[in-house]
Amino acid sequence: MADDEGKKRWLEETYPVEEERDTAFITVSSEPIEPLYCPEDADIDYERDLSYPGEYPYTRGVRSNMYRGRLWTMRQFAGFGDAKETNGRYHFLLERGLTGLSVAFDMPTIMGRDSDDRMSMGEVGRCGVAIDSVEDMMQLFDGIPLSKVTTSMTTNAPASILLSFYLVTGERQGARFDEMGGTIQNDILKEYIAQKSWIFPPKPSMRIITDIMRFCAAEVPRWNTISISGYHIREAGSTAAHELAFTLADGIAYVQAGIDAGMDVDDFAPRLSFFFNSHIDFFEEVAKYRAARRIWARVMKERFNAKREESLLLRFHTQTAGCSLTAQQPENNIVRTAYEGLAAVMGGTQSLHTNSMDEVLALPSEKAVEIALRTQQIIAFETGVANTIDPLAGSYFVEHMTDRLEKEALDIIAEVDAMGGVLEGIERGYFQQKIADAAYRYQLEIESKRRIIVGVNEYSHDEQPDIDLLKIDPAVEREQIERLKKLRAGRDAGAVEAAAAELRRRAEGTDNLMPTILDCTRASMSIGEIVGVMRDVFGEYKEKPIY
Amino acid sequence: MAERKTRRVLVAKPGLDGHDRGAKVVARALRDAGMEVIYLGLHQTPEQIVEAAVDEDVDVIGLSVLSGAHMTIFPVVLDLLKEKGASDIVLVGGGIIPPEDVEELEALGVKKLFGPGTPTSEIVEFIGTIE
Repeated sequence: MADDEGKKRWLEETYPVEEERDTAFITVSSEPIEPLYCPEDADIDYERDLSYPGEYPYTRGVRSNMYRGRLWTMRQFAGFGDAKETNGRYHFLLERGLTGLSVAFDMPTIMGRDSDDRMSMGEVGRCGVAIDSVEDMMQLFDGIPLSKVTTSMTTNAPASILLSFYLVTGERQGARFDEMGGTIQNDILKEYIAQKSWIFPPKPSMRIITDIMRFCAAEVPRWNTISISGYHIREAGSTAAHELAFTLADGIAYVQAGIDAGMDVDDFAPRLSFFFNSHIDFFEEVAKYRAARRIWARVMKERFNAKREESLLLRFHTQTAGCSLTAQQPENNIVRTAYEGLAAVMGGTQSLHTNSMDEVLALPSEKAVEIALRTQQIIAFETGVANTIDPLAGSYFVEHMTDRLEKEALDIIAEVDAMGGVLEGIERGYFQQKIADAAYRYQLEIESKRRIIVGVNEYSHDEQPDIDLLKIDPAVEREQIERLKKLRAGRDAGAVEAAAAELRRRAEGTDNLMPTILDCTRASMSIGEIVGVMRDVFGEYKEKPIY
Repeated sequence: MAERKTRRVLVAKPGLDGHDRGAKVVARALRDAGMEVIYLGLHQTPEQIVEAAVDEDVDVIGLSVLSGAHMTIFPVVLDLLKEKGASDIVLVGGGIIPPEDVEELEALGVKKLFGPGTPTSEIVEFIGTIE
């Protein structure tokens, strides 16, 4: 039985509050933290609130054996230049122990534009790999059998197209759709909220997503149709509670959309997955992941009445926080990434990307990404944290923080519900304003030194970083444009016309878009051409900026 | 530079990059410092930026570029400003720009580029006191 009086007495009689360092004891989300947490701070019912790994509400882990059965997937996000160069990087990583692939596309590909589009000038191959067609996708996976690996592709607005490119690539390799496993991010709601790589307005975008959910449930059963993301929301400046709440609210919106589209929740929910940030405040992150699992399990069971266990499981990928890294003294980022990776593992992630130290300055060099991968391997094989499941359970602090984050998130989700849901919230700028406010507050904390960033506002010096950065050859852009020319000259114009016409017809109606996008892919239409047809029908989104 | 009390600053993100956390924080800091901010937003072409800058009669254009496309974008904006006879509008920027490119762009006419970690107070001070 918790003794409420003991801590009170200690604080009043023993704890020397006047000798506290002159600093704010706050998390990276500006949450105040007490000197001590005791049993009364974590008033939990073990069977109800924690339970066991693989048992409802899954607070302690989605799998009954977690890392004792299978380590998290070491899945490094990678891509730059053209498909050939990136293919080389994939082989490099696979040889060094990567256990899952993850594709970073360039800005034109992300935005559904061809490399020769006016808006693509100067951008081809710079933030990721340039993929204009299925031919590029085939080059990307040269020597990599898609029936044997799983691949995550960070694509949102044009996800239907990149998924089609991937499926046709596998098809040409001799793989069946039901043999291929992976994920498309395909989380358009967080684009309007945070990442801003949208094309079409919300309604048609949600239609595309439900089409993908339905198609994959039937044809590509091993595919995660959405990676419902908090990573970008956090990168944009939100707090941990916002990240948690907004992500789960988005998840609720997708589940509802699937149901509204006539699907049974248990048909598509098992293939929804999640993607969280792992920021630098260690315990706050561990608590966040545990709260996430518990909230989602309860939402799926109580709100959506899901019957299959797989529908209740919050499976997630994690990426260490890009926004925590510094341009100054970049080697320090190795340390930051290590702690962030550790938090993700202690929080029970299914898959992990660890950032490279040079990512504030450029895309990862070979040396930097190798260190990032080794970071995961050291966590897995040397630290001992994978020996037992959910090792931080029972810590008064961690259970307190789990409860606290859960409560804050549920309050926000209720607010979103009350205003009519996520789409309404986006329209009102609710999420965007909260993010902008948190980002600004964080910056002011740094400038007033209420928050110390090592090497930036403390322990800084003028020395320039001495590291070899990856450089993108401007020839990539010219060569991609040449490839596009050849592609258009060499294909069957009749097949293109027919596929484009059918795509338009379906876009204007309600038939599933996926089969026709696959036909467009096989006819060697480029991403820009396919998106062009869709943009004609669906229109283009324009945001009302909030800062 | 126009003789006027309140500085007018246009903030925009050219090209396809949507990472606007920095641009928004800077815009808000400028606004809080009493300047008039025209936040043009995302996915702007150099033409749209210069047209808005001239229409809004701004003193300063601030561009945020994290995509690596800075060596294409900044020079085009400088050329367009010259074309429109608006070279008195000062061009500054920030983002992910390697030191050698910073040198080259500043030599071409970009007044100042602010890298990651720059305090907003420094940006506010600089923009507030440009001649």
